[in-house]
Amino acid sequence: MASSFARILSSKRKVGILSLVGAGSLTVGFFLNREQHVNAGAHVRRIYPASAEYPDLRKHNNCMASHLTPAVYAKLCDKTTPNGYTLDQAMQTGVDNPGHPFIKTVGMVAGDEESYEVFADIFNPVIKERHNGYDPCNMKHPTDLDSSKIRGGQFDDKYVLSSRVRTGRSIRGLSLPPACTRAERREVERVVIDALAGLKGDLAGKYYSLTLMTEQEQQQLIDDHFLFDKPVSPLLTCAGMARDWPDARGIWHNNEKTFLVWVNEEDHTRVISMEKGGNMKRVFERFCKGLQEVERLIQERGWEFMWNEHLGYILTCPSNLGTGLRAGVHVTLPRLSKDPRFPKILDNLRLQKRGTGGVDTAAVGNTFDISNLDRLGQSEVQLVQTVIDGVNYLIECEKKLERGQDIKIPAPISQFK
Amino acid sequence: MGSKHRGSDPKDCYLFSHTDRRKSAIMTKNCNNAYKLKFAVEEEYPDLSQHNNHMAKVLTKDIYNKLRSKETPSGFTLDDCIQTGVDNPGHPFIMTVGCVAGDEESYEVFKELFDPIISDRHGGYKPTDKHKTDLNFENLKGGDDLDPNYVLSSRVRTGRSIKGFTLPPTNSRGERRAVEKLSIEALNSLDGEFKGKYYPLKDMTDKEQEQLIADHFLFDKPVSPLLLAAGMARDWPDARGIWHNDNKTFLVWVNEEDHLRVISMQKGGNMKEVFKRFCVGLQKIEDVFKKHNHGFMWNEHLGFVLTCPSNLGTGLRGGVHVKLPKLSTHAKFEEILTRLRLQKRGTGGVDTASVGGVFDISNADRLGSSEVQQVQLVVDGVKLMVEMEKKLEKGESIDAMIPAQK
Repeated sequence: MASSFARILSSKRKVGILSLVGAGSLTVGFFLNREQHVNAGAHVRRIYPASAEYPDLRKHNNCMASHLTPAVYAKLCDKTTPNGYTLDQAMQTGVDNPGHPFIKTVGMVAGDEESYEVFADIFNPVIKERHNGYDPCNMKHPTDLDSSKIRGGQFDDKYVLSSRVRTGRSIRGLSLPPACTRAERREVERVVIDALAGLKGDLAGKYYSLTLMTEQEQQQLIDDHFLFDKPVSPLLTCAGMARDWPDARGIWHNNEKTFLVWVNEEDHTRVISMEKGGNMKRVFERFCKGLQEVERLIQERGWEFMWNEHLGYILTCPSNLGTGLRAGVHVTLPRLSKDPRFPKILDNLRLQKRGTGGVDTAAVGNTFDISNLDRLGQSEVQLVQTVIDGVNYLIECEKKLERGQDIKIPAPISQFK
Repeated sequence: MGSKHRGSDPKDCYLFSHTDRRKSAIMTKNCNNAYKLKFAVEEEYPDLSQHNNHMAKVLTKDIYNKLRSKETPSGFTLDDCIQTGVDNPGHPFIMTVGCVAGDEESYEVFKELFDPIISDRHGGYKPTDKHKTDLNFENLKGGDDLDPNYVLSSRVRTGRSIKGFTLPPTNSRGERRAVEKLSIEALNSLDGEFKGKYYPLKDMTDKEQEQLIADHFLFDKPVSPLLLAAGMARDWPDARGIWHNDNKTFLVWVNEEDHLRVISMQKGGNMKEVFKRFCVGLQKIEDVFKKHNHGFMWNEHLGFVLTCPSNLGTGLRGGVHVKLPKLSTHAKFEEILTRLRLQKRGTGGVDTASVGGVFDISNADRLGSSEVQQVQLVVDGVKLMVEMEKKLEKGESIDAMIPAQK
């Protein structure tokens, strides 16, 4: 049953569960039955006018800086969410980090679910820019975790070294990592590990708390490349996500080491399904099954994930809204990667490349991390299919080049289906 | 917080009357303290089991429970004070303080936390003790004859907070800019040997930046997690800057770890001159701030009020860069320093190692003795250590010279 903790928090909102369908079809849709405007919290106490507080963004290049006009700032700077989160807090990371050399960063975060509504005047244009034109005001996001719809998805192991799908989930009623108190963070940990303890079969596993981990456990997790460290990126630390480290942080993984959950890192949870080789279909099947099981288990206890029909799954960073999904492979493409058409091919396939160390790393040798560009506006099934079709195309190109044949740049695939 | 939909007219948006707004403070970091109080103290109390700093030694669950519902008038809370100490369990070389003040009132509102920390950090200083301020440079004896063959440079620094503004851990951009504006006005009014120029960090030209680096004047965005976790680097480099006089012997940092850091320095060993310039300059600056009804934060118990409790009292660090290759390897070096009430650092400042036998030697005390007294200890102690070094060079023993505990 939900703890008294949960009852205190969820009594503020009325939640109706519209439909709960079994595995194999559209996942649960939650409709929040609430007033038209989310009640903002107490206004911020301030003695300087907005013009004196407006940040100097002249040297900045991030989505927040592109859209935060003095007028928008003045309109929102006195507002707080019901938990007391402010605009200044949401945008602090973007003020402190003017620009990333390779990528235009987002420049703001949400402290709680209500942030996206109370500060909609800045979040909406940021979301629209980051998600290539997706407009939260009038578009709806499809959620689809029915892995049986996937076609193909078993790559040639000669080229694809590993396959991985990750996403995040937030527990409704608890503040997000930039704003959460120690009590909330500990409650997230309790809720999540309670649910994970209920997983069975190939999903059965164990939780390793960062504070209680033994040295031996730590070494094993490092060897498995599972251990996450205290964030060092100023993008994250300036947003307050590393506070109280390592309190209530931990790693859960199944015994087979193919399903992994990070607790209280950049989001409440990060869920990862992975394995060596090219069986993306199986990776995605396990991903969907695991997510749906965890969701069922938390619901049994009176909790649910943050989700709405415009933004999909609510996560800390606006870049991860929608599916929050990054499906990718480590793939060797020695010839294709040297072809000048490679970037354009990726672009048209709506894929992005990274180094094998993850975001902000360079490729080693000829092995690349190739994954979906989009997160919001397409479903999980659609995005994974995009990756599968795209990687197949890349491998075909590589094979053609091996045989001395020429390759073609594919027509650009449409973004919103 | 009401359910009435606020109109678009800005006047509708304020819950507080004009008077309330003038009285109450600027944006708070933790507007959600009221929300947080719904959670039990057991759930909010930080896990300090791996910690080794002054805050962790003092903050029991009882004290946490007692203070968690309090706020300073500007909205600074207990969690704001201690965040840096929670996030930084311990420093490898020094016992860190582990908490900061967000405003002048923090030291009063969170007395139960700060008083024992101050006592631990400042040699048993009691809540009833009074601190003496003495910036009369004429009271310093000697200090003009430290051997320049050994003493490469002399420097005195302190910090000052401007009354009526919150401190770097919590101030908003508007407030920080107001401090900068007042500071520039005060500094631009200086004349004579103090005439100088302000270089804002964000508008600095490449040429100016190179010159300031070459002069060793430029301060960088803090990288120490002790400072970052306390929120002092927010909005960098907005409203931060460096002012120095044309002679490059008097320097003021604006909005780094404190509102102002004031530094007097020169090559060689004439600490007397450095201290005189320090006192005179500080007095002139303070006069301008007082004219605007924004004097320095000071009280008779804590002396000058600064962001970090370690800098209370005089906030003064008077020191020299001195060559002590032989003495520094002597078995009794640490003992001598302790008895002289001095501390050593590398020439890069706190957290650095010494290079080539050259050490930064400065006063260890800040609170409970005056500026004159602290600089006197440096002057007398360094003089003695240079004599010891010379003796060791000649192969002679220094045992007879080891001082008693000051």
